[in-house]
Amino acid sequence: MKTIADIKAIRDKMQAQIINRDNFDAQAETRIVVGMATCGIAAGARPVFNEFVEQVQNRNLKGVKVVRTGCLGMCKVEPIVEILVPGEPKVTYVKVDQEKAKNIVAKHIVAGQVCTDYLVDEE
Amino acid sequence: MRELSLHILDIVQNSVKAEASVIEIDVNIHDGYINITIKDNGKGMDKELLNSVTNPFTTSRKTRKVGLGIPLIKMAAEKAGGSFKITSEKGVGTVVYSSFQIDHIDRMPLGDISETIVTLLDDKTDFVWKVRLNEKEFVFDTREVKNQLNPIPIDSVEVLVYLKSYIKENIESIIGGIIL
Repeated sequence: MKTIADIKAIRDKMQAQIINRDNFDAQAETRIVVGMATCGIAAGARPVFNEFVEQVQNRNLKGVKVVRTGCLGMCKVEPIVEILVPGEPKVTYVKVDQEKAKNIVAKHIVAGQVCTDYLVDEE
Repeated sequence: MRELSLHILDIVQNSVKAEASVIEIDVNIHDGYINITIKDNGKGMDKELLNSVTNPFTTSRKTRKVGLGIPLIKMAAEKAGGSFKITSEKGVGTVVYSSFQIDHIDRMPLGDISETIVTLLDDKTDFVWKVRLNEKEFVFDTREVKNQLNPIPIDSVEVLVYLKSYIKENIESIIGGIIL
C-alpha cells in the first residue's frame, strides 16, 4: 500500500525539474480554473476538475496548474472552466464535461487552438 | 447533489471562504448512521447570520457565505432519517454536523470521498480528514504531507494524482467491500 513517506520521492523528482527550468515563475504558468461553487458541484465540476488533473499529468505538461474557484456567475451553464494562458486573452468554456475537458487539453492547452464549440452561446 | 461527498465538498468550501487555516472533517460510519462533522477555525458567524443560513432565500450575494449549500445538505440529512446541526461563534469558527441513516431508502451514496479530498487541497488551507468505520480509521493530515513536500506545492498535478490513489487505497482498506 502507498504511504505518505513515498511523497518524498515525488518531491525530489519535482525539485530537480524546477531547478532545471529556466526563469521559473508563477506568471508564466497556464491556469485551468474550474468553478466549484454549489452550482458547479451539482452540475459535475468535481469529475471535470479531476479529469483536467489527470490529463495534465498523463501528457506530462509542465507549468500548468488546475485550480478551483467560486461561482463564475452563470450557474445555468456550469460546469464553467476558464483557461488562462500567459500573454493570451482569457477563454471561458461552459457546460464542460470530462469528454470536453480532454479535448480542451489536447486542442487548447497543447495545440493552442480555442475550442470554439464550447464557448458561451451569444443569443 | 448525487453524493454525500459532493455535499461535503460544497460545505467545506464555506470554511475555505471563511478564511479557516485548519479544517477538520470527520466521516464516522457507526451504528447504522453516517455522521459527518466539518469543523473550521474560520471567522465564524454572528447569531443573526447563523439563524438565517439554513434558509435558502436569505442568501446574500455579497458575502457568498450562504446560499443553497447548507439548505441542501440539511434537506438531504432530514429526508434520510438523520439530522442536521450548525453551531458557530464569531472569531472562533463553525461546526456543521449532519447524519444519515445508512439503510434509509432516500439516503444518497457516500460517493467518491478521495476525489473530494484532492479537489480541496491547496497550499493556504490545512485539512485533517478522518474516515472511520467502527474501530478502524484513516487519518489524512495535510500538515504532515506538506512537511514531506516542502517546498513543492501540495496542489501540483503530480502530487494530486499520487495523493488521490494513496487516499483511495487507504479508504478502501477501511470501508472496502461495504457499499456506502
